[in-house]
Amino acid sequence: MSSVAMVAPAASAASGAPPLRTPQLGPRAQDDLPVLPALAPLLPTGSLRRGVTVSVAAASTSLALAVLAGPSAAGAWCALVGMPALGVRAAAELGVALERFALVPAAGPGNAQWSTAVAALLDGMDVVAVRPPRRVAGGEARRLAARARERAAVLLCLGEWEGADLRLSVSDGQWIGPDAGVGRLRGRRIRAHATGRGGFSRPRDVELWLPGSDGRVHSAAPVEERAPLSVVLGAVS
Amino acid sequence: MSERAVRTVVVWCPDWPVAAAIAEGEVRAGASVAVLAKGRVLACSAAARAAGVRRGLRRREAQGRCPDLFVLAHHPEQEARCFEPVVAAVEQMCSGIEVIRPGLLALPARGPARYYGGEPALLDRLWRIGAMVPALSGDALPCRAGIADGILAATVIARTAAGIEDAIVPPGGSADFLAVHPVDVLGQPELTTVLRRLGIRTLGAFAELPADDVLARFGSEGAVAHRRARGLDAKPLATRRPEPELAVKTLFDPPVERVDTAAFAARALAVRFHESLADRALGCLRLSIVARTEHGEELCRCWRHDGVLSAAAISDRVRWQLDGWLTHAGAGDAPTSGILELELIPEQVIPHSGHQLGLWGGAGEAEDRADRALTRVQGLFGPDAVLTPVLAGGRHSRVRTQLVPWGEPRIPDRDPDEPWPGHIPAPSAATVLPAPQPVQLTDAADVPIEVTGRGVITADPGRLRIGAGPVEDVESWAGPWPVKERWWDPKAARRRVHLQAVTASGTARLLVLERGSWWVEAVYD
Repeated sequence: MSSVAMVAPAASAASGAPPLRTPQLGPRAQDDLPVLPALAPLLPTGSLRRGVTVSVAAASTSLALAVLAGPSAAGAWCALVGMPALGVRAAAELGVALERFALVPAAGPGNAQWSTAVAALLDGMDVVAVRPPRRVAGGEARRLAARARERAAVLLCLGEWEGADLRLSVSDGQWIGPDAGVGRLRGRRIRAHATGRGGFSRPRDVELWLPGSDGRVHSAAPVEERAPLSVVLGAVS
Repeated sequence: MSERAVRTVVVWCPDWPVAAAIAEGEVRAGASVAVLAKGRVLACSAAARAAGVRRGLRRREAQGRCPDLFVLAHHPEQEARCFEPVVAAVEQMCSGIEVIRPGLLALPARGPARYYGGEPALLDRLWRIGAMVPALSGDALPCRAGIADGILAATVIARTAAGIEDAIVPPGGSADFLAVHPVDVLGQPELTTVLRRLGIRTLGAFAELPADDVLARFGSEGAVAHRRARGLDAKPLATRRPEPELAVKTLFDPPVERVDTAAFAARALAVRFHESLADRALGCLRLSIVARTEHGEELCRCWRHDGVLSAAAISDRVRWQLDGWLTHAGAGDAPTSGILELELIPEQVIPHSGHQLGLWGGAGEAEDRADRALTRVQGLFGPDAVLTPVLAGGRHSRVRTQLVPWGEPRIPDRDPDEPWPGHIPAPSAATVLPAPQPVQLTDAADVPIEVTGRGVITADPGRLRIGAGPVEDVESWAGPWPVKERWWDPKAARRRVHLQAVTASGTARLLVLERGSWWVEAVYD
């Protein structure tokens, strides 16, 4: 159970027990955070448990925003650290409530400062998304993950995070809409993957429109194969 | 009724938000102007009113009634800043001034009336105060005043009086004078909505309710409103003289000269002030803001509020006042150096343990917790380190959202609800580069792509290369969409062409052609 020891030094004392079953919740509500319906098949309970650490492969900003959108629309407070290039309008289209969304574009160059800012945000926000300016060392990653668990917040990392409970990634992205000067970008069909540790160890896949033609996330019927998609392409042009 | 309110003068500048915009040179006097807050008309100029524009109208409706209407956003800071000279001018004549909000101030009438030879004589001087204000003297500022027992009656008479001779309610006549007016003049929309639903439409009907029943149903805020409706002042029977330790102060080292720095510290101070009062179950009705400068000057201004001041309301007033002092150059009492110390003194407090208007409370706890965390990060890295996004209007990805520091009003410069023809519709790009990256866009034979003056592309894009990166094949593309903005203004004119390109790796990008070269503006990742 080396993975147990990696999550939090305190958890290793309770030998053998899954580290995430009984998160030490702070004073706040213990209910799970809802996710958008299209993303629910990626999670075993269909919702995001408070206290978990999620990593999203760095190439997919929109998947990270889609993960934020569910809790945010349900009233959670979200913060995003280290992304001065965020397309705020895309976030709003995906469903993030901007009045409960704070951006910390550059939280200082120093290691200690970045860590302090993230730790302070974990105290008060429900979901904290980060794009680390550098690789986060193991000790620091464990400390922040423990902080998130203790304060019942969700830590979402855009990029690699050592010891993340849930790892999300996308593949097979295909845009529809533009065709030699005609049309415009209307939607991207992708396959999202979820894997992880503990309760998340079973890999899950879902096909999504991310974003769809209205900027939101929709589930794409999994029975559809590539062939019908090309028919759609022809119809659009 | 044996108890009687203090004889009070109220000085009221009509349409103050418009007058402030004229004073700052945003619009010329005499134009049809409306100031909007939260999508509704807050104030309008006389010309706009003549065309049928009224307070509370929606923007479209107002523009429909008055097609040449000039619409401005509501700027409380600007209004407070411009009001400072007026307050200073009144202060030359009388003492004991309390600012209620920008455009409205109150002072006790007895002393000045005796000094100037009677209430009519005092009013005569106050009605002419607008012409004495140096910054606004270009066009005589309409200033009105009224005298009555209590602030509410004095405000209503100042607003409704046809001339100076009508602007006095005789002593003891305030309750009868107010009785016929609708409850809306209380200026507490949450309370008056409930009252209307209960069938109470005039202040007279509200005043007839038993005071203890009003207190039981509406809390201390309702009780204060009830006293005002009866022609008394907000001061309840159990007013306490505040203990000295309720005053809070903060020292600046080095002294501050910039409004934003001072305002940021003022916010923390306001929260501390409010918490120390809340711990003792007290609410503040009147507040003195005192600033001391490096040269030993002491600036002091008293603000009054009709209800209990919340932490945000206190912090707003401190910010407006600092703005008034620091940016108000040229006036006699402007500080000559930076502010060294800022102190908040509660002048009048009442027992206050929250109020109950609706049946369901707001979800304040999560908000307070988030606010504390974000303020903490601002304390670590400065006020600009934590931003909150607002949707704004515009045609280009970078201007279609605006970031405002946490804690400042979320008001976009450009209205996002307007059509903005030429913008790229949803889905929007998830990454908008802060600075566009140069890109070489060529056709399959490496000939650079151009767009003619008529918006026709010279060839099909075949390859693109960002900076010194690898060459990528363009798989599909859409566009070009030319956007010509403000072509009538040579300084602000912009000509751009948008184009969406998807490369072989499946990445979609928004490319922009401006001044002869292509740039990557946003990435759909």
